[in-house]
Amino acid sequence: MFKGTIDGIANQQVDMNGLILRMIFQRVGVGLLTLFIVCALVFFMSSLLPGDAAQMALGQAATPETVAALRLQLGLDQPAILRFFSWLWNFMTGNFGVSYASGLPVADIVAPRIPNSLMLAAAATAVSVPIALILGIVAAMHRGSRLDRTIGVGTMSVVAVPEFLVATLAVLIFAVKLRWMSALSLGGDMSSISGFFKAYGLPVLTLCCVVVAQMARMTRAALINQLDSAYVEMGVLKGLKPTRIVLRHALPNAIGPIVNAMALSLSYLLGGVIIVETIFSYPGLASTLVDAVSNRDLPVVQFCVLFFSACYLLLLLIADIFTIVFNPKLR
Amino acid sequence: MMTSFRFTGSCARFFMSLSVAGRIGLMMSVFWIVIAVFGPWLAPYGATEFTDGPILGPLSAAYPMGTDFLGRDLLSRVLLGARFSIGLALVAALMASTMGTLLALLSTVVGGWLDEGLSRVMDSILILPSKILALLMVAIYGSSLPVLVLTAAVTYTPGAFRIARSQALGLNEMEYVMVSRLNGEGNLYVAVRDILPNMIHPMMADFGLRFVYIVLMLSGLSFLGLGVQPPNADWGSLVRENLSGLSVGAPAVLMPAVAIATLTIGVTLFIDSLAARKR
Amino acid sequence: MADTPLVDVAGLRVVAAGADGKECVIVKDVSFSIRHGEVLALIGESGSGKTTIALSLLGYAKRGCRITGGQVTVAGVDVRAASAKALNEVRGARVAYVAQSASASFNPALRIMDQVIESVCVRGSLSARQARAKAISLFEALALPSPATIGDRYPHQVSGGQLQRLMAAMALMSDPQVVVFDEPTTALDVTTQIEVLNAFKQAIKTLQISAVYVSHDLAVVSQVADRVMVLRHGEVQEQGAVLPMIETPSHDYTKSLMAAAAPVSRLTDEDAAFAAAQPPLLEIKGLTAGYGKLDAAGMPAFTILNDIDLQVRRGTTVGVIGESGSGKSTLAYVVAGLLAPAKGQILFDGVPLQGRVAQRDAQVRRRIQLVFQNADKVLNPSHTVGEILARPLKLFNRCSHDQLDARVARMLDMVKLPASLARSRPGDLSGGQKQRVNLARALGAEPELIICDEVTSALDTVVGAAILDLLVELRRELQVSYIFISHDISTVRTTCDDITVLYKGRKVDACERGALLTAPRHPYTDMLVDSVPELRPGWLEEASGRMRQRREQLAATP
Repeated sequence: MFKGTIDGIANQQVDMNGLILRMIFQRVGVGLLTLFIVCALVFFMSSLLPGDAAQMALGQAATPETVAALRLQLGLDQPAILRFFSWLWNFMTGNFGVSYASGLPVADIVAPRIPNSLMLAAAATAVSVPIALILGIVAAMHRGSRLDRTIGVGTMSVVAVPEFLVATLAVLIFAVKLRWMSALSLGGDMSSISGFFKAYGLPVLTLCCVVVAQMARMTRAALINQLDSAYVEMGVLKGLKPTRIVLRHALPNAIGPIVNAMALSLSYLLGGVIIVETIFSYPGLASTLVDAVSNRDLPVVQFCVLFFSACYLLLLLIADIFTIVFNPKLR
Repeated sequence: MMTSFRFTGSCARFFMSLSVAGRIGLMMSVFWIVIAVFGPWLAPYGATEFTDGPILGPLSAAYPMGTDFLGRDLLSRVLLGARFSIGLALVAALMASTMGTLLALLSTVVGGWLDEGLSRVMDSILILPSKILALLMVAIYGSSLPVLVLTAAVTYTPGAFRIARSQALGLNEMEYVMVSRLNGEGNLYVAVRDILPNMIHPMMADFGLRFVYIVLMLSGLSFLGLGVQPPNADWGSLVRENLSGLSVGAPAVLMPAVAIATLTIGVTLFIDSLAARKR
Repeated sequence: MADTPLVDVAGLRVVAAGADGKECVIVKDVSFSIRHGEVLALIGESGSGKTTIALSLLGYAKRGCRITGGQVTVAGVDVRAASAKALNEVRGARVAYVAQSASASFNPALRIMDQVIESVCVRGSLSARQARAKAISLFEALALPSPATIGDRYPHQVSGGQLQRLMAAMALMSDPQVVVFDEPTTALDVTTQIEVLNAFKQAIKTLQISAVYVSHDLAVVSQVADRVMVLRHGEVQEQGAVLPMIETPSHDYTKSLMAAAAPVSRLTDEDAAFAAAQPPLLEIKGLTAGYGKLDAAGMPAFTILNDIDLQVRRGTTVGVIGESGSGKSTLAYVVAGLLAPAKGQILFDGVPLQGRVAQRDAQVRRRIQLVFQNADKVLNPSHTVGEILARPLKLFNRCSHDQLDARVARMLDMVKLPASLARSRPGDLSGGQKQRVNLARALGAEPELIICDEVTSALDTVVGAAILDLLVELRRELQVSYIFISHDISTVRTTCDDITVLYKGRKVDACERGALLTAPRHPYTDMLVDSVPELRPGWLEEASGRMRQRREQLAATP
């Protein structure tokens, strides 16, 4: 590693910043490479179909002549590699193809839906991150106590439970029995805070439950990892108060692993949003995806899959950059 | 006779060595596995038998879990659905764990380009969130039972690979592996006799976790209507078809989901207590 | 006032929770007291409970342990009965702790100065500016380089020896009445140990503090302590003033500790005569090796060894001495075939040796064996001892299949272990037993050359001494050659015929065992010899002065 000498401090500093930038660029490069491989995976999996795109598009109206004609028109007679790169080029320039089911351009179908899903995800993240952080930190600080064990069992149960159970329970309790919120999100009154809450409350609540549980567990684990280290013991032996040790000593070292944990947990968000949008008939991208899957509408499916994957990749990239910048050994 | 006594003895000792939570978890898991095997014989009614009961009826003596949206006994449907929910997940989890472990061993022991390439591919598959990848595969290949099992296996193999690989890499650094190589042992010996036996325990715990993830995923798919198709029904499909009962608070909607929850929580408790024992 | 002891421990009892949940007693009924300005040393091997006792003075027990009995009074405070708040006021203020591993005990994310003054500033005893000034003066007193700016660095930018002294400065900031030093020099190189130890001793004397000094090295302790307490398995064996105890130890265990540390040669003059007459088995000429990418000239990115020459004669032992960074382990790896040399040649029995083990003939692989330091990682925990020992027999066709059990029993016998051990797994064995099995495994192949890489460094002195006896015995019996790699010159002097000294990847000295102390040697060799503590008063100050001289000499030598 980099054991600097006392002299030459200034040169060292410049080198460190350069090193950090280089590491960030490297990470971005790797991320782009991964995205490329994911695109290739998606494309080539779709090509392993029994029957092909032309047949699917025509559906019932497929006769050998029409299939052949459409194949020519779609360029399906070309070798797979060429098709892949033209498909990739189309994607990068914003041409996402045409839906098999409705004949509309995919871009038109998904455009209004993306903001809805992002709103839902953002609301869920905004609520769950603070709660999860607090739960995780409290549990780690009081490790082994009854509070910690209760939080542990609670989070573990929620993580192990299917999201639709949480959703159905939430609907049963809040919408049916208590009538605080509505079970359907559309048509709600968005103008006031309470209307917003009524309409969005249940979906966000459901999403939060699972994500908070996952994130709290991982935050606790990352913090405990630091709390077991020798420098924390040294802090105890210096007579420092536990709160100070956790906040001033352990947390700065745990930021990297915690941010990583958050990024990983947010992938659960992407999975959970599918169930939530379906149960609550929420007009987002995930319910579009589910409908498209039922209809075997491949262009729409491909876009949604790649979009969600790109979002997740971005999250991981941000987490990695955080880890690099906050690594004390690189100062 | 003596061996069976010793076996029961060691089973009992193992049971007592777990924490309270672990024992509960083990009992719940074993309970459901027994149900999965003996379900058809235990069910009071047939799967599609119509009864005189009400539609979406409440819990009662005659129908301990209520009735579903067509008036069928839900308890029987749940008992029979256990085979699908548990059986499919078990097979897929076995496939995922085995493939992940074998590929990780190969990758570690051979190293070089193979390791780089395989890790890169597995990491890329992991970028696709599990449900999304599953939806993609179902969109392309349909929802038949073999495809569902394969989808689940493919989705969760990369996770098993990552964990197995990190274990194997750590073990590969051990001096006893170096000693074997110094003595001229080949890759096969090192992988199978040196590394694998020391990985078995963590991988078995991981197998349990994979099983839980796959149960949740498959039931989620069935809930969306993309999983197990009628006339077969697993617990997820049962929730889906009884969704209309949600507004009236019928147990038919909750019971199958509760069944899933007890299974997954039970297995997770058991695995957690096993891991705590090791520490 | 002068009568009341500063530290008073009576009947201390500490238990630890084992892996199976059962509790076992790790400190049994320990009592001692320390007066003002007195230094008490706690001596014992690993598992003796010395660190646990030292920590109990701060009212602290490691995770999984708890203090169940006895009274501990430090600076007038009963630490067992004190509330958490009261304890926090005592810790770091009246009682301070200097840990064994400084690099782990500093927070990597904060600057050193912030951590050094933290405890004092939080308590409000000094303002930040006053604290900084005091810290810098302490750095000066502990002979740290650049005392004015060293505090602005992060822990990973400072060397181990410097960190250790910084930690001592951190402990001395609040003018504590008692300082607990927990094996503070064990993790350092031998040549650094002396200066750090002297710095501590001067600080203790000048500031008139009472101290508890934990160590396993009786000789080191004799320089710093006034009284000694010998511990074994959590019980006190012997207690008393340091000089009388060293000259006339009464307890058997103390005697065995002294014997293990004493540099009595295991080799006789006959061995020396025998060694001189032997033909060479291994010859290394101009060896250069390292790690990392090879450049255009074939040189690796990190060159560890440079132009090494070495010769091992049949049936003799060559000791290779060096500190960390000297490349001695790399030498072992190159000879064993784990690392290919970039330049130079190795001849084994007259035949050039292939760089990588995969390219070597099976017979050559059999005849050269490597024994590692850490016996915990060198035996596969999922195999039985019998399986581990039988493997080389099978691999190298040393005997037929039905003779395997008998052979394994004989191998165990050779290393003085019972034959019944063949059915156990490594997890059931002690450290010393594991190292013996390790040795037996190497012997099973019937090699001609065994490379021992720091084989006793991880073991207790008494256990390690037994292993060394075994090595010498096997040398005489089987006429096997050893390359014995170590950082401890006193061990090497007692067991090796020839000695080679490595410094920063170069060979700086080579001689026969007898010539080590007689003929004039390279300054680094002298430094190594000087750094072996002697059991007489005043040695530390002399050695520290000599060490500084030698360092200057070394810097001047090409």
